[in-house]
Amino acid sequence: MYNQMVVDTMTDEVVDHLFHALADATRRDILRRCVGDEPSVSRLAEDYPMSFAAVQKHVAVLERAGLVTKERHGRERLVRTDPDAVHLARQALDQLETAWRARVDRMSQLLAQTPETEEHTPRRGQDR
Amino acid sequence: MSVTSVDKDFDRLTLTLIADFDAPIERVWQLWADPRQLERWWGPPSHPATVENHDLTPGGEITYFMTSPEGEKYRGWWRVASVSPPKSIEFTDGFANDDGTPNVDMPTTTVRMQLSQHDRGSRMELRSVFDSREHMEQLLHMGAAEGLRQAVGQMDALLAS
Repeated sequence: MYNQMVVDTMTDEVVDHLFHALADATRRDILRRCVGDEPSVSRLAEDYPMSFAAVQKHVAVLERAGLVTKERHGRERLVRTDPDAVHLARQALDQLETAWRARVDRMSQLLAQTPETEEHTPRRGQDR
Repeated sequence: MSVTSVDKDFDRLTLTLIADFDAPIERVWQLWADPRQLERWWGPPSHPATVENHDLTPGGEITYFMTSPEGEKYRGWWRVASVSPPKSIEFTDGFANDDGTPNVDMPTTTVRMQLSQHDRGSRMELRSVFDSREHMEQLLHMGAAEGLRQAVGQMDALLAS
């Protein structure tokens, strides 16, 4: 089920990125502008009283938090909030991988600590 | 590391994972077949699983819930498509309503697990498929929503401190 995928993948680090990304007024504004539109980084930069590099940095923070994706389009880099199908599939399968890797780790731990005979199998709750 | 390979097929929305364990097949099988063992690895330590029904037969159902640190219960179910002890299981995994019945509006994934002898231990091949692209996107959106919820929760905690 997905809830534990979410729990497994929403590490503190991921939440920190998201929190950090949304904590800045310029970044929230950039995010709003990208909904339903795909502005290039240079077009975004024209609208803010800051350098191209500074806007680019803001976009990178949004990207790291998974809120936008950048896509090369000719010489421009378009910023979008609605990632394409391949990007979505990659994201979903990455999450699935994280969840199953964590499960396999827990399986290995159980196999290492439990003897093969059933009567010695620790009951649930013993190690909590 | 017990995971020896991972393959992702973006067109078929399929994850294939191979893991090797230093234990006989029958022992690894018990991790799936014994509900008390299943609940020790299915959910993450922060959200331990409790298996309520465990009918590992073709057409049978497994129902479970996971408990969050706040005491919130997330219910889920498996429907077993095929099972061949101690070698393979195929099942659909989905969300359940509060009474444990499958919530058909929610996304499902299909899992196939196969065990084989490998060296002196066992090899587990696991294939997990999103049942449709819509299901996959729905799950991603739920993940994003959950992330936002957690971020907002952190904000509340910060403001309260």
